[in-house]
Amino acid sequence: MAQLELFLQTLISGFLLGGLYALIALGMALIMGVMRVINLAHGDFMMIAMYIAYWMFTLFGIDPYISVFIAAPALFLFGLFIQKYLLTPVMKVESILPHNQVILTVGLAMVFSNLATVLFTGNYRSTPVNYASSAWYLTDYWKNSPIELSLSMPWTISFIIAAIITVGLWIFLTKTDTGKSIRATSQDLDAALLMGVNVNWVRMVTLGIGLVLVACAGCLFLPIYYLYPALGKQFTNVGFVIAVIGGMGSTDGALIGGLILGIFESLTATYIGMGWAPAGRFAIFVAALVFLPGGVASIIKKWRLGK
Amino acid sequence: MTLIEVKNVSKQFGGLAALTDVSFVLNKGEILGLIGPNGAGKTTMFNIVNGFYPPTKGDVFLKGQRVSHLKPHTLCKLGVARTFQVVRPLQRMTTLDNVITSAFIRTKSKSHAEEIAIEILKFTGLYDDRMVISKGLPLGKRKRLEIARALATHPEILLLDESFAGLNPTEINDQIQIVKKIRTEKEITILIIEHHMKVIMSISDRIVVLNYGQKIAEGTPAEIGHNPIVIEAYLGEEHSA
Amino acid sequence: MKKFLPLIIFAILCFVPFVGLSTYVMHILILVLMWSVIGMAWNVLGGYTGQVSFGHAAFFGFGAYTGGILYQHLGISAWWGLPACVVILTALSLVIGYICLRLRGAYFALATLALGEVCRVAAENLVEFTQGNMGIMLRERTWVDKTWYFYVILIIAASTYMLIKLVMESKLGYYFVAIREDQDAAESLGINTTFYKTISLCLSGVLTGVAGAFYMNYMGYIDPATVFPLSEVSIAVVMVVMVGGAATFWGPIVGALIMVFLAEVIRSLPHIGAAHQTIFGIILILIIMFLPNGVVGDFGKLIKPFVGRRTSS
Repeated sequence: MAQLELFLQTLISGFLLGGLYALIALGMALIMGVMRVINLAHGDFMMIAMYIAYWMFTLFGIDPYISVFIAAPALFLFGLFIQKYLLTPVMKVESILPHNQVILTVGLAMVFSNLATVLFTGNYRSTPVNYASSAWYLTDYWKNSPIELSLSMPWTISFIIAAIITVGLWIFLTKTDTGKSIRATSQDLDAALLMGVNVNWVRMVTLGIGLVLVACAGCLFLPIYYLYPALGKQFTNVGFVIAVIGGMGSTDGALIGGLILGIFESLTATYIGMGWAPAGRFAIFVAALVFLPGGVASIIKKWRLGK
Repeated sequence: MTLIEVKNVSKQFGGLAALTDVSFVLNKGEILGLIGPNGAGKTTMFNIVNGFYPPTKGDVFLKGQRVSHLKPHTLCKLGVARTFQVVRPLQRMTTLDNVITSAFIRTKSKSHAEEIAIEILKFTGLYDDRMVISKGLPLGKRKRLEIARALATHPEILLLDESFAGLNPTEINDQIQIVKKIRTEKEITILIIEHHMKVIMSISDRIVVLNYGQKIAEGTPAEIGHNPIVIEAYLGEEHSA
Repeated sequence: MKKFLPLIIFAILCFVPFVGLSTYVMHILILVLMWSVIGMAWNVLGGYTGQVSFGHAAFFGFGAYTGGILYQHLGISAWWGLPACVVILTALSLVIGYICLRLRGAYFALATLALGEVCRVAAENLVEFTQGNMGIMLRERTWVDKTWYFYVILIIAASTYMLIKLVMESKLGYYFVAIREDQDAAESLGINTTFYKTISLCLSGVLTGVAGAFYMNYMGYIDPATVFPLSEVSIAVVMVVMVGGAATFWGPIVGALIMVFLAEVIRSLPHIGAAHQTIFGIILILIIMFLPNGVVGDFGKLIKPFVGRRTSS
């Protein structure tokens, strides 16, 4: 019974982690889909959002969950700015090396993480919210439950907020005009241009929204994670590993890929050891490349066609 | 003698049928036209003959050998060369280097490749443009460069995908002369896709007509010109347009 | 004159040790030559063949560890790493090529990045074999003086330059560039793109590995963080080539010269030293935006303002 409890516990923690991962990957997948660019500064944007939320908490006592409403708009504007003044102009630059925009995001990542070190030192910081270590138990709600599970309160709240944001994103993409333009551009750039979509504007909004999502993820991670300047790289890796597992540029794939990676990492950490989590992450990445080059998205597509 | 035989070829993309049960043969020395309204599956047919994708059903034979599983580069070595509908020169290379690159398929030495390339450039009338970066050539010459590049691989069969589209009348005449010269002087068999009806009628020996992925007619230009089904297919297109 | 320029530069470099430069300056020159080799190697794959790799640290690290492990486990000189790494790196390149070369464009870059990280994590965790984070140290150095190290890397760099020049003017070179310009067109012109991309990767990987093996011998100490890092090797080599000029013979060499000197200067500045990554990042962004083909590739653009002024006055 204890074995089963441990397994379920691991599985559910992985699921909660996966929900947050999905939020990071969704932003990356949107950007990949519309711009055909891998944002290698994705995690560093998250780091910026986390520092905003951290200082809001330390200086004004604002709860990280509330800081979503500060960090997300800030990163949205930042995204518009970066797309307009850096990424879009670079698209027009003629060069021999392809993927200029990707290399540009590498440059951004270098600047952000180093500036954060200079400004805030390399120290690990945690945000001492008072509910940080509170938990809830299955038996609180179900007296006669045959097994006992305990889940961290902040993890659960973060997951729920992440789920709400994901639903919000889905509504935005399917119901609003801007959202539809984003999807159209992602599916077929030429067709979107012919339909009169203002592609430059769509690109700006897409980067903005991608950064909003990762900013939200940052705020949601803050109560449950350490903060340090170099953390961006790790989450960029998470983002693109999920993007590959899910299928490049597919938002559905990113959602499922996020959950898969979350559960996978949780299982590795429990049963193999914490140190191997990054190795496991890359192992699953390579496996996805070799055995499932189209990612989860290709399976979804096949399944839909089959019906 | 039959060079290429396309036998009951079908191709599906996802659930959509691009080609259904198409068969035809290409005989040595002839110019075979492949025509049909937009979306009839002509370029898909080329991509299958050329090896870009395998057929879903059916097979392609080259001199009796089944080649439908081979890759484009292997087919090119076996003597099948093609041009692209949307011209794809190696943008930042000069015209000469473009042709040298293709000439390397039959030789290892650079001087020999250059010899072949210069001969081909003279043949196609691009010799004076040999040092121009290919991105900077006007469309008519880029289309000719496509042909020159294909010729440099010393093919036995040349697949021309809309080599006349977008050209002005003078350029079209030049191009027709070159195509005819390719057959007479180089003895290369040609399979050609063309939208320009006058051109195709004047240079083809035989014509195969595709519509909605199916072969609807085959015959000499005169026969095709009077075939009611073909006229219907083309009129239908014009009516809906 | 232009034809003999490489020879002249080589001849001048041969005499450099006789000038009596300080050990520090010799060290910098050795680093410049080593980075030229890595840059030229990367340029074969990224610049000429158009397959941008973010994982060259994997090759560099493997080269370094080939020498290190031969010394550590077999007790033979780490110089054997130079010939041995040709075999090891070919094998590694074939594996990486098999996994990554089916991907196109930016996804290839991503896959190499991940594989580079896999190699680092593996080197950290396979403690029995690599000594993990403790690293491998050569207990006795071959030479105390820098002169001979300088000659070794000079010969490696000169051979690399000649080899690449030879390759790029042959059939292989034409095929590499054709693949960069248009992979589908290249394929239909009879070029087996997968095969030639693999060749390019092997060439690039082996040359990078040779530089790595030299590094092991020269520095006398390696650990996963110094030979497998993402930003200090994989990204740094992209910067070296971008700054100098991709797909040019001299680009990587000029790039190495600029970047190594710049790194030394910035690091030595008292207050700005800590922010050197920021400065490099900004340089990278500026290069991408305004000098996308590097100092060598955009030389005309670079001197235009000066030439223009001269003619107008």
